[in-house]
Amino acid sequence: MNIFVCISHVPDTTARILVGGDGKSIDPSGVTFILNPYDEFGVEAGLLLKEAHGGDVTVVCVGGDEVKETIRKAFAMGADKGIHIKTASARDSFGVARAIADVLKDRSADAVFCGRQSIDYDGWQVPGLIAEMLGISSVTAVSSLTIDAGGAVTAERDIEGGKETIVTALPAVIAAQKGLNNPRYPKLQGIMAAKKKPIEEIEPAPFENRVRVVEMTKPPIKAAGRIVGQGADAVPELVKLLHEEAKVI
Amino acid sequence: MNILVFVEHRDGAIKKASLEAVKAAAGIASGMNATVTAAVLGAAVGAPESLGGYGANKVVQVADARLDLYSSTAATAALAAVAAREAADIVFLSATAMGKDLAPRLAVRLDGALVPDVTALQVENGAILATRPVYAGKALEKVQIMTAAQVYSLRPNVFSAGAASGDVCPVEQFDAGLTDASFAVKSTGTTIASGKLDVAEAAMIVSGGRGMQGPEHWPLIENLASVLHAATGASRAVVDAGWRPHAEQVGQTGKTVSPTLYVACGISGAVQHLAGMSSSKVIVAINKDKDAPIFQTADYGIVGDVFEVLPAFTDALKQHMGS
Repeated sequence: MNIFVCISHVPDTTARILVGGDGKSIDPSGVTFILNPYDEFGVEAGLLLKEAHGGDVTVVCVGGDEVKETIRKAFAMGADKGIHIKTASARDSFGVARAIADVLKDRSADAVFCGRQSIDYDGWQVPGLIAEMLGISSVTAVSSLTIDAGGAVTAERDIEGGKETIVTALPAVIAAQKGLNNPRYPKLQGIMAAKKKPIEEIEPAPFENRVRVVEMTKPPIKAAGRIVGQGADAVPELVKLLHEEAKVI
Repeated sequence: MNILVFVEHRDGAIKKASLEAVKAAAGIASGMNATVTAAVLGAAVGAPESLGGYGANKVVQVADARLDLYSSTAATAALAAVAAREAADIVFLSATAMGKDLAPRLAVRLDGALVPDVTALQVENGAILATRPVYAGKALEKVQIMTAAQVYSLRPNVFSAGAASGDVCPVEQFDAGLTDASFAVKSTGTTIASGKLDVAEAAMIVSGGRGMQGPEHWPLIENLASVLHAATGASRAVVDAGWRPHAEQVGQTGKTVSPTLYVACGISGAVQHLAGMSSSKVIVAINKDKDAPIFQTADYGIVGDVFEVLPAFTDALKQHMGS
């Protein structure tokens, strides 16, 4: 099967986020970047599909030259090839999806895996955008997946209070949720091999952002809370405050 | 101008998050001299005319029974057809499991763009400006869609639906012309844990962390939740340890919640957890470590042993509710 995994190069979950001088994006200085944690589930799902039905796994990443290190992380897990879509300036989600869809449309993709969200923009949008642009199926927030040799797809997705079973057929975009699998740790052999795997560079067509950033700000700092008291003795005062001051009970 | 709001229902009951979206659309519409049309998909929905009580001017229903189970492809086609019929450039959805799945496809189909998971909306010089949390809530982004077709998904529990005014609105039936091919992706059914509130939808949440010391102590959490009619949540550490299911996880790799009241029990407050719950309206923390970071985010804290404080809190609330 022809398997693609879209991956994203994002600030570490514990990174301190400061707004940059433009007031519209973050200041990346001093921030450690990682392979988006949800995309690790996507890479693993791609590798498992290859192990089950054969084929190869190509990871696709959009961004500046710094994203190559993230492509190599996916190589170390076992991905075969990489595509780096080179962009000099920030694109909105639609622009990222457009660039990926333009690359995939002539490559007869069978399965395209993504993480359910990237942990920078938290938008949950790129998987559905790509699928609709390509005119193929999509299932998001997938926590259980079966793809048979004939391309029939049965997926479970997380919904409020439970699960929903979705059936469709390849080609499809599958957005992975935690629980789908346990991403493998790169082995030394994989890390060594990662250095030699090919990365194809592609210049995307020019794109004008559809979403304009007016401003980026830090959320208002909440005043530190009040310690009502110590131990069970403080409970009556807490109940009184929740009723009279916070008015939530 | 007309704003279309996609209204979700489950087993015929309209979702609270959709009422919030209708009400928010009505608020925006009044600032733009626009009207609000609610779109309802499926035959099973009960009393769609009641959406008038939240500000809808009318409802368009595609009463195709095949739509009673979710299909992203068919819902995209149906909503695009309704938007065209109603000359609606602006579409509101809820950032629910369904809304998050559907909204991107719809944005492309309408040749527009999407702003997902919106927590604030304003109209400035005739344009909608939407604010949304990014970087796990560590920053806020205010944005404007530059295309004519605009799709917004609204974070549940952030916009208030208020009480229904009692008004009703007309309901028009519409055949969206769906074919079997429209249902290329479809649900064959759901499994819902009965009687359990989901953290993503609950008005109140009682969450437990490592400080609970083991799954056998969860009745303390459940008893408090039961008195408050709250959902039970969990920290990542507890889910990774296998004490609680992933569906209950609040935080960066779990669910983002904005309840009225969030009670954190034995949760230290790792940045990934705070990312998922810091937009709660009132936060109560119970932790024996007075230096736990959760106390920086909490409105009210009790420094103490959860095994003493939780039973006392549960009893005191029972008395309070009874009086």
